[in-house]
Amino acid sequence: MKYMMFVATDTAPDTSPEPQADIEVWGADVDGRGKWVMGDRLRPLEDATTVRVRSGELLVTDGPFTESKEWIMGFDILECEDLDEAIEIASKHPMARNGRLELRPFWPIDEG
Amino acid sequence: MAGERLRIVAGLIRVTGDWDLAEDCLQDAVERALARWPRDGVPDNAAAWLTTTAHRRALDVLRRRRTETEKLRVLTAMATFDEHSAGNAPDADPHGEAYRDDVLRLLFTCCHPALPLTGQVALTLKTVAGLSTREVARAFLVSEATMGQRLLRTRTKIANAGITFRVPDPHRVTERTAGVLAVVYLVFNEGYAGTEGEGTRDDLAAEALRLAGLVARLLPEDDEVHGLRGLLLLQHARRAARTDEAGDLVPMDEQDRSRWDRAMVSAGLASLTAARDTGRPPGSYRLQAEIAATHAMAPAAAATDWVRVVDLYDALLRVQPSPVVALNRAVALGFRDGPEAGLGALAEVEGAGELAGYHLLPAVRADLLRRAGRNEEAAAAYAEALTLVRTAAERRFLERRLREIGT
Repeated sequence: MKYMMFVATDTAPDTSPEPQADIEVWGADVDGRGKWVMGDRLRPLEDATTVRVRSGELLVTDGPFTESKEWIMGFDILECEDLDEAIEIASKHPMARNGRLELRPFWPIDEG
Repeated sequence: MAGERLRIVAGLIRVTGDWDLAEDCLQDAVERALARWPRDGVPDNAAAWLTTTAHRRALDVLRRRRTETEKLRVLTAMATFDEHSAGNAPDADPHGEAYRDDVLRLLFTCCHPALPLTGQVALTLKTVAGLSTREVARAFLVSEATMGQRLLRTRTKIANAGITFRVPDPHRVTERTAGVLAVVYLVFNEGYAGTEGEGTRDDLAAEALRLAGLVARLLPEDDEVHGLRGLLLLQHARRAARTDEAGDLVPMDEQDRSRWDRAMVSAGLASLTAARDTGRPPGSYRLQAEIAATHAMAPAAAATDWVRVVDLYDALLRVQPSPVVALNRAVALGFRDGPEAGLGALAEVEGAGELAGYHLLPAVRADLLRRAGRNEEAAAAYAEALTLVRTAAERRFLERRLREIGT
């Protein structure tokens, strides 16, 4: 199963003295095990552009589609056996402590 | 037959991955049995008969659906096996490995943390405890249609999010077990809090006790499993004494202790011993069970070992810092050191502000003030509690207290 993992900030990051996980180590691990499809950082909200068309008119605005204290700063597409494996992989990502991760299963277009 | 039902449903979910199909096939087998057994007599091994019938039904449905051959192959093997082994199948033994694994898979899947808590509770009661949708709906005071929707949404998320029917990895078992226990505790509290003499709510507490027993048999190495079971048994043992003939609440210090269920107290103490025997540092359920046990062992309210109770609340606050625990500690302190000391501890809880609007906050203050002889202040606090209280039984209790102090 494919999961989109959104990497988001959080207003209440973990403050415990646990050693920080290394994103390079995480990346090498998931890639080495064939669990990582692709992923990247995203430019901050100031660089976001929202596009809508209403009554045939194009509306282009500066900023994200929702204003929120937390924002998505990156993403990874994971190929996992099941949700438990995706959760396990997400839990080792450094942003699991410094922010939060959202796992969204793919909904293949040929499935009802 | 309850263990048999669980075994059949869990096995069918594992093989077919279809929760509805599993329950439908079992239902079908039960209906066939009810039609046939009175006529032909109950077969020698009724359990094996039910299992085989349910498996055959699943095979029929899946064949019609042109399901992939692997599932059919496994199911065919299961149905055939059941028939020839005539009940001697290794997984027919309720203590057997295969049975244990299937039921654990079912429990952990129903209580998966990625499911909404209300869905976890509903699915556990429906699939593990075997309640009908109507019964689960009644227990949670919602319509059958609403509960049906909730169950459907929960099962849909299991399928769509990729929650597989399995036991968690070994390093996750303890925290996932805590999730299962939270569901059992929630079911119990739902039954315990709704003390309005409504049959279905009593049943809910009994269901929670059965679930706790099941989890304790399946995961005997987890200390909190025994801690929770002990807590539930010790609390439930007091049930008959908690209300009088008129259905009014009786506070613990006024309860007729001869009405406490001694057999259930003993069972609770045995569970607590099992929890202690694991040698682990006490967790939250075990500490709460220790507190309940301290009350259960006091021959009279005046003989309660309040020193021990306060110590236990201190320990509980360390593992589970919560304002409700702090409130209970203030009550215990009020008995150990007198009402003025209790009021001092209570002021700290109130100062933190987390329990604003919680009726037990002014109710506890009122009780401490009453015992301190400060009746006018107590009356004001009872009046405040009455504006916040939610159940009729608690309202009547507060009104009685207000009359007693006669201001």
